[in-house]
Amino acid sequence: MEAVKQGSASVGLRSKTHVVILGLKRSPGELASYQKKLMRIDDHMGIAIAGLMSDARVLSTYMRSEAMKSKLMFDRPLPIYRIVAAIGDKAQVNTQRYGRRPYGVGLLVAGYDDAGPHLFECAPSGNFFDYYAVAIGARSQSAKTYLEKHFESFADASVEELITHGLRALRDTLQQDKELDINNCSIGIVGKGVKYHTIDGEGIQKYLDLLGDGNAAPAAATTATAGAEDTGAVPMDTD
Amino acid sequence: MEPATRTQNPVVTGTSVLGIKYKDGIMLAADTLASYGSLARFRDVERLIKVGNTTIIGASGDISDFQYITHLLEKILIKESNTEDGHQLYARHIHEYLGRLMYGRRSKHNPLWNSMVVGGIRDGEGGTFLGFVDLQGTTYEAPTIATGYGAYIAQPILRKAVEGREDTLTEEEAEKVLEDCMRVLFYRDARSINKIQIAKVNASGISISDPRFLDTEWAFAEGIRGYGATD
Repeated sequence: MEAVKQGSASVGLRSKTHVVILGLKRSPGELASYQKKLMRIDDHMGIAIAGLMSDARVLSTYMRSEAMKSKLMFDRPLPIYRIVAAIGDKAQVNTQRYGRRPYGVGLLVAGYDDAGPHLFECAPSGNFFDYYAVAIGARSQSAKTYLEKHFESFADASVEELITHGLRALRDTLQQDKELDINNCSIGIVGKGVKYHTIDGEGIQKYLDLLGDGNAAPAAATTATAGAEDTGAVPMDTD
Repeated sequence: MEPATRTQNPVVTGTSVLGIKYKDGIMLAADTLASYGSLARFRDVERLIKVGNTTIIGASGDISDFQYITHLLEKILIKESNTEDGHQLYARHIHEYLGRLMYGRRSKHNPLWNSMVVGGIRDGEGGTFLGFVDLQGTTYEAPTIATGYGAYIAQPILRKAVEGREDTLTEEEAEKVLEDCMRVLFYRDARSINKIQIAKVNASGISISDPRFLDTEWAFAEGIRGYGATD
């Protein structure tokens, strides 16, 4: 549990048709690259992580192989709930066995299957939860606070709106002197008719522009002018 | 020491299975004979089965291998329903699985000696599905399918009666076409019997008829040398 809290934050949120996951990337120094936060599992599923990267790679490898098995044996995309439950079982065993340690990673699993869009949190304890919106990792409570305030508007939100909400939630997890930029965040999207894909680097700029200036509490007026041609009215900023 | 001999030959066998698409769904037909070589050994074996709530399968070939496949499918369906997550296996998925199963076994030089017709609701989006699988893992989809001897005798009749008319063919018409084909097969196929079943998948679910007898006409036999005619 503690290892998850030390990892940089990841945020996920979903509408009736799409799921968006966002990760805040950290770099150990100016000369180093940023640590990857999102992983693709299959065309219909991706994960965001917080905690030990090495454990996340073990789990993502497992998830990928299960996804491929499902495709090979039944020609069916792996149902999201099943892989999440399987990871829960794997994680729980590690808490119970002598000489083993729990996974040091929390996962947000975003996926779209026959039952619609799904967003799950998987904890090292083996617990897993189905969410409308959630955040894990360092200072994720601030992001949760933001999400709890706005989640009622997510169900009917467009992808762009989900992304801006996600970025705002992610921004709330930043340290005092830091800001979101195109290098330190990445976005993963999956939904109805949309294969899982990520937006990184330059592609993020237009969404950052929608946020307005670096203020933690965005003013409605700023957002409306900045994002006028993209989203028209952004329904969420009332404060 | 003897060399390992894994390649089998079918022992107790079922003959042709027919499958067609029609206006409301899928219809399958098979007789109820399980032959032991050329001996008509078991006359009331049901070769059409229900798999879940959306799929039916008809099998020709080795009956014991088909019973084994039935057990495998039951096991998978129980596991599937125990997850209770609202997902289920539709005809398309069962067909894919059977294809992998059959190909896997043939690759071990130990095939499951069957040809099967898989019919039902295609997937979660709806639609109908009719597919074929054989002992080598060959798979294909078609609006009409016939296995075994039926591939030679019934397939041309089915094509003429069904193809291009899948969306207009009524249940009564479809049933008559299959019954006519089963009757022709009974006349021509020495491993067949005049007791048949017809299985349907449509909007109201799955129904597999009780075994029933075909009406046949033998007056012409009198004119055939060896049956009635003397010269």
